[in-house]
Amino acid sequence: MTARTAKMVEGAESRISSQPTADDLEKGSSLWSDAWHRLKRNRLAMISLFIFFGIVLFCVIGPFFSPHDAQEQDLLKGALGPSAQHWFGTDTLGRDLMVRTMEGGRISLLVGLVATLVALAIGVIYGATAGYLGGRVDAVMMRIVDTLYALPFTIFVILLMVAFGRSLWLIFVAIGAVEWLSMARIVRAGVIGLKKQEFVEAAVSLGYSHSRIIVRHLIPNVLGPVIVIATLTVPAVMLLEAFLSFLGLGVQPPNASWGVLINEGQQNMDIYPWLLILPAFFFALTLFTLNFLGDGLRDALDPKSSKD
Amino acid sequence: MALLDVRSLTTSFHLRSGIVRAAQSIDLSLERGETLGIVGESGSGKSVTCYSIMGLIPQPPGRIESGEVHFDGQDLLKLSDEEMRQIRGNKISMIFQDPMTSLNPYLRISTQLTEAIRVHGDVDEKEALNRAITALEEVGIPDAPKRVQSYPHEFSGGMRQRVMIAMALINDPDLLIADEPTTALDVTVQARVLDIIKDRQERLGTAVILVTHDLGVVAGTCDRVQVMYAGQVVESGDTDQIFYDPKHAYTRSLQKAIPSLKAKDEVLYTIAGTPPDLSKSVAGCAFYPRCPFPKVKEPEGPVPELVELPDGHCLRECGYCDRSQPIEEVLAQDVEEDVQ
Amino acid sequence: MTRFIITRIIQGLVVLLAIYALTFVLVALTPGSPFSTERAIRPEILAQIEAFYGYDRPPLERFWTSLTNALQGEFGPSAVYANRSVTDIIGEAFPVSLMLGSISLIVALGIGIPAGIVAAVKRNTWLDYLPMSASMVGICLPTFVLGPILVLIFGIGLQILPVSGWGAPEFIILPAATLGLFYAAYFARLTRGGMLEMLNQDFVRTAQAKGVPQTTIVWKHCLKGGLIPAITFLGPALAGIIAGSFVVETIFQIPGLGQWFVKGALNRDDFLILGLTVLFAALIVMMNLLVDIIQVALNPRLKYEK
Repeated sequence: MTARTAKMVEGAESRISSQPTADDLEKGSSLWSDAWHRLKRNRLAMISLFIFFGIVLFCVIGPFFSPHDAQEQDLLKGALGPSAQHWFGTDTLGRDLMVRTMEGGRISLLVGLVATLVALAIGVIYGATAGYLGGRVDAVMMRIVDTLYALPFTIFVILLMVAFGRSLWLIFVAIGAVEWLSMARIVRAGVIGLKKQEFVEAAVSLGYSHSRIIVRHLIPNVLGPVIVIATLTVPAVMLLEAFLSFLGLGVQPPNASWGVLINEGQQNMDIYPWLLILPAFFFALTLFTLNFLGDGLRDALDPKSSKD
Repeated sequence: MALLDVRSLTTSFHLRSGIVRAAQSIDLSLERGETLGIVGESGSGKSVTCYSIMGLIPQPPGRIESGEVHFDGQDLLKLSDEEMRQIRGNKISMIFQDPMTSLNPYLRISTQLTEAIRVHGDVDEKEALNRAITALEEVGIPDAPKRVQSYPHEFSGGMRQRVMIAMALINDPDLLIADEPTTALDVTVQARVLDIIKDRQERLGTAVILVTHDLGVVAGTCDRVQVMYAGQVVESGDTDQIFYDPKHAYTRSLQKAIPSLKAKDEVLYTIAGTPPDLSKSVAGCAFYPRCPFPKVKEPEGPVPELVELPDGHCLRECGYCDRSQPIEEVLAQDVEEDVQ
Repeated sequence: MTRFIITRIIQGLVVLLAIYALTFVLVALTPGSPFSTERAIRPEILAQIEAFYGYDRPPLERFWTSLTNALQGEFGPSAVYANRSVTDIIGEAFPVSLMLGSISLIVALGIGIPAGIVAAVKRNTWLDYLPMSASMVGICLPTFVLGPILVLIFGIGLQILPVSGWGAPEFIILPAATLGLFYAAYFARLTRGGMLEMLNQDFVRTAQAKGVPQTTIVWKHCLKGGLIPAITFLGPALAGIIAGSFVVETIFQIPGLGQWFVKGALNRDDFLILGLTVLFAALIVMMNLLVDIIQVALNPRLKYEK
C-alpha cells in the first residue's frame, strides 16, 4: 500500500491496526512479542532463520561426527570427487572437504560474530555519545563518520593486516574498526529521537550522570534498530574476511575460512570444480539467509520503516 | 442539464486487513458556476469522492465498485485512461491540501505552470510562459515575471497555494475541485486564499467543489452543502438550510462544534468518540454510537435512504434518536448528568 | 556554488594528506624492512641498501621527503622489483585498471539504474519481483564467488569467453561483469527505493491532476530526486570496485593496479603500497567531490543553502 492510499483511506486504517500506547512502551515485553509474531509471519525470514541455524549446527557440531580430520593429509587420495567415504570429495592434498568446509565455516562465523561485536561496541558508544551530547560535538563527530564513509577502508584493513601480522585477533579488530559507521549513525538517530522524551528529561532532572543516563535509559531503547543493523553487519563482516582471506591476507594456513577454501577452489576449478562450488555455496547461502533475516527483523521490529 | 452529475458512486479499498468502504452510494450534482461544499471529519469519504471523480484512485487497492459520473454529457467512469488524462487539468482541475508538498521541489514554478498548459494544447514555450506569468499575476503574486523562475521552496505556504490555484485554473476548466485548500495554511492566510478562489471563479464562471472539515469555511463560500459521515451523505441542501436549520444529528453536532466568538464562557463542544471503522458494516445509523440525542431504539437493518424534504433539503432520516429538542438542551442535560 | 566547490576541494586535499600520513605510519610501523627477505644478506650490504632508500633517516624527515616527492609525482622505487619506479608501474598498469573500472561502473549503472526505475514504476508486478530477487542474489555473490562461477560457466563450460588474460575486447567481458553485476544489484535497490519515495510524493498527484502522462511524471518529475540515493552511492561503489579489482585482476590475470597492490602488500613493497594507496584515495576523493556537485546540481534546495 502506498503512502498516498493510506492518506486517502484517512483515519480508517489506523483504527484497524492498534497503535502502541504508553502502556505498551512500559511493558517492553509486549513490543518484543509483537515483533516476534510479525517475524514468524514472514516466511522468507523464518526459512532463512532455520537454514542459518542448520549451517551453524553443521559447522559447529559437524566435525565431531566426522571420521576425518581437517588436517589429515593423504596425497594418494588427493582431489577425489564426492563419494560415499568423502561426501564433498577431497582437496588436492587429500584432506576431506566436508570437514574443511565445516571448520572453515567455524572460523568465518566466528569472525562474523566477534568482529560484529567489536563494531557494535564502537558504533554504539560513538553514536550514543554524539547523539546524547548533540550540538557542535555531534556535528564534528558525524562529519568524521561521513568522511570515513567515503574512504577506501578496505585498503586500510589490508594495510593493518600487513603492518601488524595476520592473526585472527587482528582480523576481528581490523574489520570491526571499519564496519561500525552505520551502527554509529543508527544509534545516534535513535538517541536523538529518544532524548526528547519525558523519561530522559526526568532522569536529567533527578541529577543522574550522563554516562548513567546513556547506559540505563538510552541504550535499551535503541536496541531494536541496533539488532537489525547488527544482523546485517554480520554478512558484511564475513564478506570482508573472505575477501582478505581470498587474497591471502586474512586467515593463514593451516587454518582455513570459507574465503581461503574458495581461493583454493578457484585455483583448480577447471579440473576439480567441486572444490570451488561447495564452499562457495555454503558461503553464499549464509550471506543470503543473514540478509533476509536482517530485512525480516527490520520489518518486524520497525514496521513503519518497512519497504513499500 | 447539470455540469456534473454523480449517481450512486461507491468506492472501496481492498486492503489486507479488510475492505474499507470509503465512499458509499454518493449522489451529487453541480451546475455551471455553482459552488458545492462537502463537509465532514477526516475519514468521512470526502476526498475519496473527489479522487473518484478525478480518476485518481490508485487501483489496486482502490476500486470504483459502481456508479456513474456524468460530466458535460460524458460518463467519466467509462472513459479510457488516456481520455481521462485529457480531461484532468483541462476540464476538471484540482487543488490539494498541503501546498508545501504538492509542488515539485525539483522543478521551477515556470516549468510546472507551462507543463500544465502544454500537455493540453499545442502552445510554444514562450507563449506558455507568458500565460504562466499572467496566471500568477491574476492570483496576486507580485513581481511575477521574475518570481516565475523560482523554485517552490522560495515561496511561503500561502504563496504556494496561490501558485497551485493559478496552475489549476490556467486552462480555464469547467470544474475546480479544492480538497481542503486552506487547512494547512495559517489562519491569517486562509481567508485570502478563499477570496482568490472566489474571485477567479466569478470571473471565469468555474464550478467549484470545496471540500473541508470546517463548516465555517463553507458558510461564506458555498451555494449548497453536502454533509458526509462514514462514507455516506447524511444531509444536503442550501447553505442557509444546512447552516440555520440543520436536521441530522451529525450536522447539528458539527454546527455546535464551531467555536463561536460571542459566547466566551461556553465550553467548546466536541463530538465524543471516533468515526466508525469503515471495514465493518453498520446496522441502521453509522452515527448512532456518538449521537448526543436521546436514543429511541436500537438500530437494525439497512441504513435508511436519503430522502428529499419538501423544501429541497435532503436527509437520511433514521428514527433511532429523538431530535425534537434543540441540541443546546440535550448537551446541557449531558453536562448535568456528568456533574451528578 | 563556487565557494562550496572550493571548500570541498580543500577538504578533499586535507583528507588526502591525512590518508598519506596514516599510510606512511602504518607502513613504517611494520616490523623489519622490505629488504630483509629469507635470503641471507650480509648486514653491511643490507645497511647500504637501506641507506640508499633513505631508511636510515629519522621518520619525520623520511615522511617529509616522501611527501614532497609524491607531490612532484615521484613515489620512489619499487623495493621488490629492481630498476622499476612506482611511477613507472602506475603509468603502465593504471590505463588497464581505468579501463576495467570504468566499464564495470558503466555495467553497474547501465543495468542497475534502469532495473531500479522499472521495478519502482511497475511495483508489485513480475517486473519488480524478478529484478529485485536477482539483485538479492547478486548482493550475496561477492566478486570472489561470482568471478570463478562465471569463469566456470562461460570459460570452462561453454568455452565462449577467455578464462584469463588481457588485450582484446573479449577479455574484458567476464571481469567487467564480475565487478559490475555486484554493484548493479546495489544500484538497482537504491534506485528503486529512491524512485518509490518520489512516486509516493504529493507532487506526483498534482501532476496527475494536471493531466501529465505517466511517462512524463516518471522522467521529468521523479527521476532527479529518485536518483539521489544511487548517486550518493557512487563514492562507496568506486571504493568497492577498486577493492574488487584486487580480486578480479588476480582471478583473471589482468596486469592492472589491483594485482600490483596485492603483490606489494604480500611482499611489503613499501613505496608501491604508499603510492597506490594515495592514488586510490585520490580517485575516491575526486569521485566524492563529483557526487557532491551532482547532488547540488540536482537538488535546487541544496543550491539555495550553499
